[in-house]
Amino acid sequence: MSFISRGFTGRRRKEEAPAGRLPPGQYDVGDGFPVLSAGPTPHTSLDRWDFSLRGEVDEGRRWSWEEFRALPREPVSVDIHCVTSWSKFDTRWEGVSVDTLLTEVETAAAYVLAFSDGGYTTNLPLADVSDGQAWVVDTYDGEPLDPEHGGPARLLVPHLYFWKSAKWIRGLTLTTADEPGFWENFGYHNYGDPWREQRYAGD
Amino acid sequence: MAGTAVRRRLSWQRAEVLELRHETPRASRLTLRPPDWTGHRAGQHVDVRLTAPDGYTAQRSYSLASPPEREAVDLVVERLDDGEVSPYLTEELRPGDLLELRGPIGGYFVWPAAPDGPVQLIAGGSGVVPFLAMLGHHRASRSSVPVRLLYSARTVDDIIGRAELGEPGSDATDAEVTVTLTRGAPDGWTGPTGRVDSALLAERTFAPDRRPQVLVCGPTTFVETVARGLIDLGHDPGRVKTERFGASGGP
Repeated sequence: MSFISRGFTGRRRKEEAPAGRLPPGQYDVGDGFPVLSAGPTPHTSLDRWDFSLRGEVDEGRRWSWEEFRALPREPVSVDIHCVTSWSKFDTRWEGVSVDTLLTEVETAAAYVLAFSDGGYTTNLPLADVSDGQAWVVDTYDGEPLDPEHGGPARLLVPHLYFWKSAKWIRGLTLTTADEPGFWENFGYHNYGDPWREQRYAGD
Repeated sequence: MAGTAVRRRLSWQRAEVLELRHETPRASRLTLRPPDWTGHRAGQHVDVRLTAPDGYTAQRSYSLASPPEREAVDLVVERLDDGEVSPYLTEELRPGDLLELRGPIGGYFVWPAAPDGPVQLIAGGSGVVPFLAMLGHHRASRSSVPVRLLYSARTVDDIIGRAELGEPGSDATDAEVTVTLTRGAPDGWTGPTGRVDSALLAERTFAPDRRPQVLVCGPTTFVETVARGLIDLGHDPGRVKTERFGASGGP
């Protein structure tokens, strides 16, 4: 890059961030935890909440809140990266690995479409929500996940930009063809790798 | 929540800074001339990128304040004291400088292409910026869609967009504009004061039975409170769009 913004030096230097953990174009938001969403925060009561797997599966699966809470759980400590350019290090969550949810599911699908209360969707390759890379989390920093941050439960896929970590998740539709989700239909990148700065379509 | 696919590669371009004006004591209006600008939709934003001599970059998103009918592109940037980008844009930048940006971005939080009812805009603080573009577009396109803006500002001095909104009671816009002041009003202020609550929403916004399309923009707590209030009044959550400003990349 030959262009220089006259008089700009920058304040938060990359050296301040843990080495090798701040993707290009991102800054460390520190203690902040910004909220972004496209509509009103849904408030689903737990007795009406369920999580389902549907689409290209041998048979659909459904867990009530109690059944979901009884599944094997994992603590997760990860860095997260929002497309609006903030990153947050060492965020602590707890929840169920998507691997656990997919146990014994027979499928020919190569993609999933996460769907949420409020109508939000986002698409991911099945390979990116498998092998210990994705969780459905219901706990943040030891507390039940706040509705503003996606509670009762949200998807957590920390190696992709955070819009892929769907808030208020209610399930996954497995598909053989890739179908763009909500933001993907509005010009955001189909895959969203922060390390390759895939913010918008064509990046 | 269906979208229309936007598949155009966004390239960085260097826009000349034509003008900088104080919009309020804390906010500046930047008028820019991007060399490659094919227009935008009211409500869209751009990403701005700053590059230091050592190659370090910082980027943030800013809503477009100008309507698509105008050739130049305006941003309104509020200075955040602990910010990295906004102090540069509001204090260091000069006319004639080049500013790297790309856009327009976003096709969701925009003026509806074919409104199927009245349009209700609700803003907190600098969240009014995308609505300035929408009101300008509404006026320039001689739209007959009924539109109202409810805008919460701290003080009279903090009102962004006086040029578009006019002084209270003027006819600068054909929208019904209500400004409420949360931190004190001057003598002779005839508008409401205090935060946007359910009483003010009920009094100054389109009722749910008019089936308005509602757009809410502002800081997270403001958006959260207003959206909740709208749902409690009976608005369809599917007709309420939100965009949150503040710590999400504003500094």
